[in-house]
Amino acid sequence: MKSGTRKHALSTRLWHWINLICIAVLFMSGLNISNGHRRLYWGDWGFAPEQAWLEVPRFPGWMTIPDYYSLAQARDWHILMAWPFALMLLFIWVAMLANRHFKRDISTTRREWKPANVWADIKAHARFDFEHGGGKYNFLQKVSYGLVLGIFLPMMVFTGMAISPGVEPWFGWLVDILGGRQSARSLHFIFAWAVFAFFVVHVALVIVHKPLKHMWGMIAGGRISGPDTAEEPS
Amino acid sequence: MKRRNLLIGMGAAFVAGCQKIGETAPGKALLEAAPNWHKNLHDALGGRTALAPEFQPEDISPDFRGNGSTNPANGDYQAQAAAGFADWRITVGGMVDNPMTLTMANLRALPQRTQITRHDCVEGWSAIGQWTGPQLSTLLDAANVQDGARFIVFRCADNLNGDDYYESVDMLDAYHPQTIIAHQLNGENLPVKNGAPARMRIERQLGYKHAKYVTAIEAVASLDNIGAGKGGYWEDRAGYQWYAGV
Repeated sequence: MKSGTRKHALSTRLWHWINLICIAVLFMSGLNISNGHRRLYWGDWGFAPEQAWLEVPRFPGWMTIPDYYSLAQARDWHILMAWPFALMLLFIWVAMLANRHFKRDISTTRREWKPANVWADIKAHARFDFEHGGGKYNFLQKVSYGLVLGIFLPMMVFTGMAISPGVEPWFGWLVDILGGRQSARSLHFIFAWAVFAFFVVHVALVIVHKPLKHMWGMIAGGRISGPDTAEEPS
Repeated sequence: MKRRNLLIGMGAAFVAGCQKIGETAPGKALLEAAPNWHKNLHDALGGRTALAPEFQPEDISPDFRGNGSTNPANGDYQAQAAAGFADWRITVGGMVDNPMTLTMANLRALPQRTQITRHDCVEGWSAIGQWTGPQLSTLLDAANVQDGARFIVFRCADNLNGDDYYESVDMLDAYHPQTIIAHQLNGENLPVKNGAPARMRIERQLGYKHAKYVTAIEAVASLDNIGAGKGGYWEDRAGYQWYAGV
C-alpha cells in the first residue's frame, strides 16, 4: 500500500506517541516543580505573596513525577525530556511541511473562517457529528491542531528556555518579548494547562467517536475513508 | 466509575514505570547526562563572554529574599558578625602558585565591579539586586592557577542540616566577567541573610551555585574527593544538578 493511502503518515504516528510520552513526563514532573514555589508573578522578579497574581494549589503525589515531592528528581526528568520533546516538535514541523500534511489538512482558508461556516461546525460537533466532507479534518479540528502545533507546544519550548538562566545571556530578547523571567514562568504554566486542556478534549472526542478505530489508525496508519481515497501519492 | 479508575490506574502505572526506569543503570546515566547536553549547548552559544542581563536601578526589587542558611549559628560566625567581620579571612588555595589570605579590607581595595542582576532560585522565584565586589578572575590571576586545575571550589562558613555548605564551578564560569565576590548589596554591606560578609555571584546559574559566607576559594583538578563528590552541598545532599543553568 502506498504511503499516500494511509490516513496518518509514519512521521505523524511516530511523533504522536513519542510526544505523548514526553508531554506526560514533562507535565507531571512540572507539577512537582510547581510545588517548589507555589506562586506566579508577572515581570522580571517576584518572591513574596503580595507580588503574586496566582496562588497555585499544591499538586498531590499521584499527579506528579516522582510521586513524592523532590524538586531535584523532578528537574532531572524535566531537563531530560525537554530534549526529545523539542527535537520531535522540530521534526514534525519539518515533516508536515515536507509531506504537505500541514497545507493539505491543517491550514485553513479564509472561507472556513466565515461565521456561518464556523457556527455550522460548532453545531455539528454539538450533535457529535464528525463527518468531514471531503477533507481529513473539519474546521474546529484544524484550528485546535494548528493552535497546539503552532502555538501551545512551541511556547512550552520557548518559555522553558526563557526561564533558564544559562539561555538568557545569548537569547536575552526572548525573555524581553515574553515580558521578563517571571512572566515567562507564568506563561510556561498557562500553556502547560492549555496543552492539558487540549489533551482532555482530544481524548474525550476519541472515546465518544470510534475509539478503537482512531487508536489503531494512529498506530498502524489507518485508511482514508470517503471520496478522497484516491488522493495524490505524497 | 470504572473508566475513571482505569485512567488513574494507568497514570499510577506510568509514574511507577518512570521511577523504575530512572533506577536502572541506563536510565540513571541518561538523567545524569542531560544537564550536560544543556551546558554544552549554552557554552557553545554563549561561551566565555556572553553576559547575564544587567538591569537599571529602578528595577531593583524592594527586598532581597534570603534562602538556605539565613543566619548561621555554627562555629564563630555569630562572634565574627558581632565584630563586623574584622577578622574574616578568605583564603585562595589549592592548585595555585601563590596561595593568599585576604581580609575584607583587602577585598575592598581590589578593582571592583558593580552589577544589577536578577537572582533566580531553583524553586522558581526571582529578585533583583545590585552587587559590588572584585571579579574572581582578579584573585585567580594573582594566585596564578596551575594548568591541571579544572574547577574552582567555594568553601562556606555555614553548616546547614549537619553538612558544611560548598559549591563549585568550571573555569568558564570562574573567569566569567560577572563572576564576582560580592561584599555589597544595593550599596550597603551584605546583610547576614544574603551571605555576609562575602558571597559568590555566578550570574548564569541558579541561586544555589552562589555560595554565601565564603571562607575559601580552591582550585582543584577533580570534585571527586570533596564532600560526597557531586560538586556542591545540594548536589550531594539531594541530587540537584551540578550545572544549574537550566
